[in-house]
Amino acid sequence: MAEKRKEFWRWKEYNWHDESMNPKDADLITAGVDVGSVSSQTVIMADGQLYAYSNMRTGSDSPDSARKAMSWALEGTPLTMGDLAYTVGTGYGRVNVPFANRAITEIACHARGGNMMYGPSVRTILDMGGQDCKAILCDDRGKVTNFLMNDKCAAGTGRGMEVFADLLAVSIEEVGELSLDVEEEPPPVSSTCVVFAKSEATSLLREGWPKSKVLAAYCSAMAHRVYTLLERVGVQKEFAITGGIAKNIGVVKRLEKELGLNSLKSKYDTQIAGALGAALFAKALVEKERKQAAAQ
Amino acid sequence: MGAKFIKVLLFKDGRVVVRTREEAGFEPLAAAEKAYAAALAQAGVAESDVQNVFATGAGRKNAPRAKDSITEVSAAARGINHLMPNVRTVIDVGAEEGRAVKCSATGKVDDFAINEKCAAGAGSFTEAVARALEVPLEEFGRLSLQSSKAIPMNAQCAVFAESEVVSLVHAKTPKSDIARAVHDAIASRIVSMVRRVGINNDVALIGGVSNNPGFVDALSRGLETNVTVPEHAEFIGALGAALIAGERSN
Amino acid sequence: MKANYGYMDGSGEFFITIDTDSCIACGHHGCVSACPVGMFEIIVDDYDDEVAAIKGDHRKKVKYDCGPCKPVSDRPPLPCVTACTPGAISHSW
Ligand code: SF4
Ligand code: SF4
Repeated sequence: MAEKRKEFWRWKEYNWHDESMNPKDADLITAGVDVGSVSSQTVIMADGQLYAYSNMRTGSDSPDSARKAMSWALEGTPLTMGDLAYTVGTGYGRVNVPFANRAITEIACHARGGNMMYGPSVRTILDMGGQDCKAILCDDRGKVTNFLMNDKCAAGTGRGMEVFADLLAVSIEEVGELSLDVEEEPPPVSSTCVVFAKSEATSLLREGWPKSKVLAAYCSAMAHRVYTLLERVGVQKEFAITGGIAKNIGVVKRLEKELGLNSLKSKYDTQIAGALGAALFAKALVEKERKQAAAQ
Repeated sequence: MGAKFIKVLLFKDGRVVVRTREEAGFEPLAAAEKAYAAALAQAGVAESDVQNVFATGAGRKNAPRAKDSITEVSAAARGINHLMPNVRTVIDVGAEEGRAVKCSATGKVDDFAINEKCAAGAGSFTEAVARALEVPLEEFGRLSLQSSKAIPMNAQCAVFAESEVVSLVHAKTPKSDIARAVHDAIASRIVSMVRRVGINNDVALIGGVSNNPGFVDALSRGLETNVTVPEHAEFIGALGAALIAGERSN
Repeated sequence: MKANYGYMDGSGEFFITIDTDSCIACGHHGCVSACPVGMFEIIVDDYDDEVAAIKGDHRKKVKYDCGPCKPVSDRPPLPCVTACTPGAISHSW
């Protein structure tokens, strides 16, 4: 995929579209807009194929963020909003997507998007976002069978990691790599609570621990916490990780080790799972409407 | 052996002789030694004259000098009973934990509930917000009493709440209202825990947070009853440990 | 579908699980009126099924909101669990 983007997952905004496709030939164009607490994505789909997407920061105003993410996804394409047959809004700000035809939870959209991104064999999807962590089990059609979402506590979310990155003055993109730069794996930070874990880290630094070792201790604490969440839904093969933390190799590696499972890789950008699922829902909803209309 | 402060109390012939306190900091054991030595020096007592030493608190298992330890819950019940025999519910809120203890007329524990290790239900939350607002902790509690408006805090996590506080500041919300919102938020969690053990007779608040008038006010409002803070409330745990040490040394 | 509402934080795990497959079959939705704090609502979920769910503003504080139903000692049967005849509701704590 020809992506105009760099690897800074949280800070660089980007968009992409498939130059080789002519969406004007498509019979059905649908869109999914995922307005998350930290970032917003829009996916445009032509006849069930990924055509274009964007990923941007969420501003203080959800409708505005949704509009921006949409116009950026359309930018450079021959399409306008008028070409969209149906739009589904999802994510934390889903009810504030002014141009959406329907709102669907991010849980259902993630499962559906994950089904396309990783193929129908994926059963467990872990989404580690900026302010929440979701564990989802789904069937071969991408329908959710079991889920939980932890958005109460900063531990186990991107936010918790940011607090540590800030404390150690390490950029968030480097945390994962740096945490693997240790000779021996230290014991994990013992406090779950980010506030207390931070004081623990402060005393470890005083004891002379290098940053990499402190980060290793935190990444493994985070991996263990996410593992506990996954246990509640019961992990099944195949297993995939989406969301911002999917790019933190320090957490992913440790989690895979604890689970004894490797996570699936996808050719798609893991950040768009929710918006992709929303666009797929949009397609299914139009098809259902059309079928019902034809039957009458 | 609290998470923030180490307290030492010497008890002799039915009364408290001396109380000393040291910040636990990064070396709590050294701080404990220091507080212990200071207590002996102030009381003019030789180490060999101390009949028994018991520890309590988060770090009780590692306490130097202690011959044994008792839980915070037992210490709170025993300590409060000595000072305020009518109290049947002791609420102990420290930097990292909150506890509610139902105790008997003899200072035994009948029932208890603990709110562990989530800063949103403990004193650390106040500290974090006070720091974010650049208000000294001592002032933060008083500030809260000046508030005229109850504004809700949506975040249920001390970390997420910090961002909420930042937006409240941007929206020009008075600091006093923010202070009250924080105290109300912590108090509501403690209230729910206290109700699970039940309230009868007098209610006392001990632990580090008890010297925060904003929190005491929020807690009294939440529980719809007058919450009393005993003198030297921070030392009630140490007092309970000393009393039990005394009983067991005979 | 098993829908887990609630959270995990430094103090523990607090989830109310609703088994929507059992819940769909329920005609009376007794949980809604049984819960003294009104935590339940009937929603049309993403798959167009009518099922019970925990209201959004309770999800991040179930531990506290359920407090009155869960005294430390002698806990009586939970009203929501009792009212749910299909047995769709369970609590993790
Ligand atoms: S444990 Fe800490 S990080 Fe988690 S909700 Fe409580 S205060 Fe927030
Ligand atoms: S335990 Fe009580 S408060 Fe909690 S959901 Fe059930 S009925 Fe409602």
